[in-house]
Amino acid sequence: MSENQNPYPGQDVATSSAAPTHPERFDDPGVPAHRSRLTDIDPKAAKRNERIVALIFAISCLGAIATVVAYFAVRPDGTTEGTRLSTALLGVTMAISLLGIGIGAIHWAKSLMSDHEYVDERHGLASSPEARTVAVQHLTDGVEDAGIARRGVLKGAAVSALALFPLTFAVPLISSVGGDWDVSKFRHTIWERNRRLAYDPSGRLIKASDLTVGSAAHVIPEASEEEMRSHEWITEKAKAVVLLVRLNPEELRSDQSPEGETWSYDGIVAYSKICTHVGCPVALYEQQTHHLLCPCHQSTFDMADGAKVVFGPANRPLPQLPIAVDDEGYLVAQDDFAEPVGPSYWERLK
Amino acid sequence: MKALAARRHHRAAPVVLMLLALLVTGGLYAVLAPSPATAETASTETDVEKGQRLFQANCATCHGPNAEGTSEAPSLVGVGAAAVDFQVSTGRMPMQMSGPQAAAKPPQMDLQQTADLAAYVASLGAGPAIPTAEQVNAELGDSANGALLFRTNCAMCHNAVGAGGALSEGKWAPPLDDVSERNLYQAMLTGPQSMPVFNDANITPEEKRDVIAYLVEQREGSAGGISLGSLGPVSEGIWAWVVGLGLMIGAAVWIGAKSS
Amino acid sequence: MSTDTSPSSTTDAPATPAGKAADYLDQRTSVGVAVKEFARKVFPDHWSFMLGEMALFSFVVLLLTGVFLTMFFDPSMALIEYHGDGPEAMQGQLMSVAFASTLDLSFEVRGGLLMRQIHHWAALVFMAAIVVHMMRVFFTGAFRKPREINWLVGTLLMILGLAAGFSGYSLPDDVLSGNGLRITDGVVKSIPVIGSYTSYFLFGGEFPGEHIIPRLFTVHILLVPALIVALIGVHLFLMVLHKHTQYPGGGRTDKNVVGYPLFPVYVAKMGGNFFIIFGILALMGATMSINNVWNYGPYDPSPVGAGAQPDWYMLFLEGSLRLMPGWGTEWVIFGYTLSLNVLIPAVVIPGLLFTFLFVYPFLEARVTGDKREHHVLDRPRNVPVRTGLGVAFLTAFIVLALAGANDLIATHFAMSLNQITWVFRILFFAGPVFAFWITKRICLGLQRKDRELVLHGHETGRIVRFANGEYIEVHRPLDEQERWLRVNYDAHRPLEIEPATDARGVKRPGYKKDKRWQQLSRFFYEDRVEPVTPAEFAAAHSHGEHDEIAAAQHSPELVSGAEKVEREH
Repeated sequence: MSENQNPYPGQDVATSSAAPTHPERFDDPGVPAHRSRLTDIDPKAAKRNERIVALIFAISCLGAIATVVAYFAVRPDGTTEGTRLSTALLGVTMAISLLGIGIGAIHWAKSLMSDHEYVDERHGLASSPEARTVAVQHLTDGVEDAGIARRGVLKGAAVSALALFPLTFAVPLISSVGGDWDVSKFRHTIWERNRRLAYDPSGRLIKASDLTVGSAAHVIPEASEEEMRSHEWITEKAKAVVLLVRLNPEELRSDQSPEGETWSYDGIVAYSKICTHVGCPVALYEQQTHHLLCPCHQSTFDMADGAKVVFGPANRPLPQLPIAVDDEGYLVAQDDFAEPVGPSYWERLK
Repeated sequence: MKALAARRHHRAAPVVLMLLALLVTGGLYAVLAPSPATAETASTETDVEKGQRLFQANCATCHGPNAEGTSEAPSLVGVGAAAVDFQVSTGRMPMQMSGPQAAAKPPQMDLQQTADLAAYVASLGAGPAIPTAEQVNAELGDSANGALLFRTNCAMCHNAVGAGGALSEGKWAPPLDDVSERNLYQAMLTGPQSMPVFNDANITPEEKRDVIAYLVEQREGSAGGISLGSLGPVSEGIWAWVVGLGLMIGAAVWIGAKSS
Repeated sequence: MSTDTSPSSTTDAPATPAGKAADYLDQRTSVGVAVKEFARKVFPDHWSFMLGEMALFSFVVLLLTGVFLTMFFDPSMALIEYHGDGPEAMQGQLMSVAFASTLDLSFEVRGGLLMRQIHHWAALVFMAAIVVHMMRVFFTGAFRKPREINWLVGTLLMILGLAAGFSGYSLPDDVLSGNGLRITDGVVKSIPVIGSYTSYFLFGGEFPGEHIIPRLFTVHILLVPALIVALIGVHLFLMVLHKHTQYPGGGRTDKNVVGYPLFPVYVAKMGGNFFIIFGILALMGATMSINNVWNYGPYDPSPVGAGAQPDWYMLFLEGSLRLMPGWGTEWVIFGYTLSLNVLIPAVVIPGLLFTFLFVYPFLEARVTGDKREHHVLDRPRNVPVRTGLGVAFLTAFIVLALAGANDLIATHFAMSLNQITWVFRILFFAGPVFAFWITKRICLGLQRKDRELVLHGHETGRIVRFANGEYIEVHRPLDEQERWLRVNYDAHRPLEIEPATDARGVKRPGYKKDKRWQQLSRFFYEDRVEPVTPAEFAAAHSHGEHDEIAAAQHSPELVSGAEKVEREH
């Protein structure tokens, strides 16, 4: 751009002198006049700033060297303290090196490089009519040459081929990416008749007599140590976790057991821990109010009243796990949950 | 003096004065505020009768003359010495005023009084006893197992490292960073207020000690630097805006400003 | 084009090594043309023009530290028992290799924790800088023709930034981010018809499965960054093509750009700014801990921590989910479940917010009826409705984000969680309306203040008594630069449309549509403050200095809505 070589100060566009007829709008006073900096007029100030910039760059160099020194000198000893020290030293020296370059360069630009403003012209972005005419001509020529308009069959065939080829990529990808695509798995958990309840994470079994009133126990299905160290287990656990609480039997106003069945045992009730909202583990049991609060979105369920929703975005009660006590006094499940656990999905009731 | 007088009229003077005043008040408070009682070894010589008198004077209004409970407060028969020691030594009881939750405050009773009161309530019915020093010794615990247990049983209310959290209707789970080991144990054992009970079948005494070991380990702070309250992404986000973007915009204003 | 001229024969052969190298390069790339074109290209200077730079340079820092991290991170979900240099509390725990390698790169690799923390801080700042940059562009009208496409590219970049952040946040496979994924799974399942299958698509089966971390890794280090880099290229190309916008001021017009040359001033300033931004991020990474995943522990579907929140830029979604009441919002239609309690807050509301961003430039252009190119920025006060809408948008966003932190607000300000939630439910609707109204009023007030200043000058506090006993305050007139800043804007008027019937009384097709656009246009431009014209200025000055009362009596500046409507009918 050659026109940017002429900075024009405001003086060359004079404001119109007061005339009897007034224009619609004011006139542009033009770019304000350049104001000289101290470094522009005082060579000593310029020299001083030059030294300051050099000093800042020198500090940056020291920072970089200090990083290397810190890297070799401070070996973290595996303690929290040691890691903290090493991280802080490496980071602070690194920051000194970086900030030194940054501050130095900018101070240089601000105090020593020319601060005269330049003006570039802008041109409309649209192409010139001549260019457009030529472009349209090129395209028409191309279309004519290829004969797209005349050769209908060819066009159809080409479009079909283009439309079909993505299948070669999409079909293998999609058919594999969702595993077995068996979404009916949402419906069931590994709870089954007579499966014992165990403490999470220790896996110890739970006796009904162990639970004092006011207790809350986080529960998983009984499983072998081997079984619990697999991905399948984590995926199953993601549906099967249960919160067990013991209330005074007279405080238990209702649960979800249908007519003629008992799903709780002497004030002990077990509900799915997976929120019916979007699936967070609902686990904040408030012993005095019997409310169960989800820390993610604050849905609140009343454990003394069939886990009904009392606040928050969830709509449905948490599904209840029917429990009983076996001959040895351990808590067992009567069956799987009667409905799918966790958040709602389209075909949930199908 | 003259210089000082001149500076009094400086624009920043009110701000500086206010900061100073805040600093002094805070400092004085830190020095003068009663420190929470640390009854690592409560006296063995307890007096049930003295305890009963204390109970009549301080607790009976709400809990009933024989600790049988009233409509205002639960029965204390069978809660055990551990519950009394927890509630009284953390200052939660006697309660200042009724509210959604009894907050911890400077304890109202000294060690001996607390022990007497605990002995009296323990005499009313069998309940959990005050843990021994060995039971709460963090050195003997396995913090890795404690981390597992804490995560499953405690973190949802008290936050992953015990920084505290909110419960419904104005209640809260308190931060655990300055709770004594004995009180931590007692809280798990007795389930005070909103907290559920974790009896010795649910979390065994050894496991309780593991949990304590984990919590004590957290007091070392964070390996990465300032812990920012250990509150997670929200506080991190605020700091990213205030410190990160704040400094960068400050730098940008400097870069964009004309040099004098 | 094809004439064969050998440069070496027409110009003097360069003598210096640098000259020789340049000659070598130029003969093969014609780099000289590019240097000629760009070296002295003019960029206007303002701190707010560096907000985009902040985002760009944070992104460069993300790339640099990200490369460091990929050297040590292993995105595998294979389960192992951990024994390493990490914290005591992690020893012997069952965890995924992804989590274990996160511990190793933090505690075994020297400087690894620093890099991890810089990376995470840079991500938070990246998103914050994007948001502030978008605010600057919005409030100054920099999205107007010819920059609408670049606004779209920028909005896409913001959304990609969200994707990059979310996918990276989930990689360590810890409890906190795992619960975030679980929420994502819950939201995905709520999508009608295809929800369950989409969940399987993401997780390769049931949640959490053993595929999600490697998949997110590919998304995080390949797919999203590649798209971001490509779009940043487009964004910057268009920026250079359009030449940067400039703030209004003397000599600044839609036909020029006033500023400093790229080389050397901007090279130094931009380069320096990169190092400053990197330095600030390094300082943060060195001293402020972030995302201590060992506190949260390896992912396990049972636990969850208090304060379960995503990083700040996703907080509005979290808040949206928290605010939605669940009662009566799950419908069963022909046996199929429609979870409006999830769909509305997690899909509809963000959808509306993003749609507003995508559509706004085109909407404003339509109701303004303005086809010109704009390169001089608006002062936000001069477009009151736009500014009001922007503030309303931000208010909604901030209310949602605060709602996402309602548990922390509850504990830190000793309030009831439930009450806070109710307050935010109301604020989400009332807040933006009030914010719009008050912002528009403030803008109009500031415009009137500008008029006052132009007409009567600055108050000097100097009182003069005339011989007849009258007191006046002396006003100092504005200098021409000050005045120009305040009078150089367009107060757009509502669209004028052709009448409903033509001259012969035949109904005009398309009249109704025009009428609706006109109504929207009135909403934008009915209330406006016109800039002072030279005639008004001269009139104000003709009666000397003591003209306040006179000016107030015949103030034509504010055209009220009612008056305007009357004039048209």
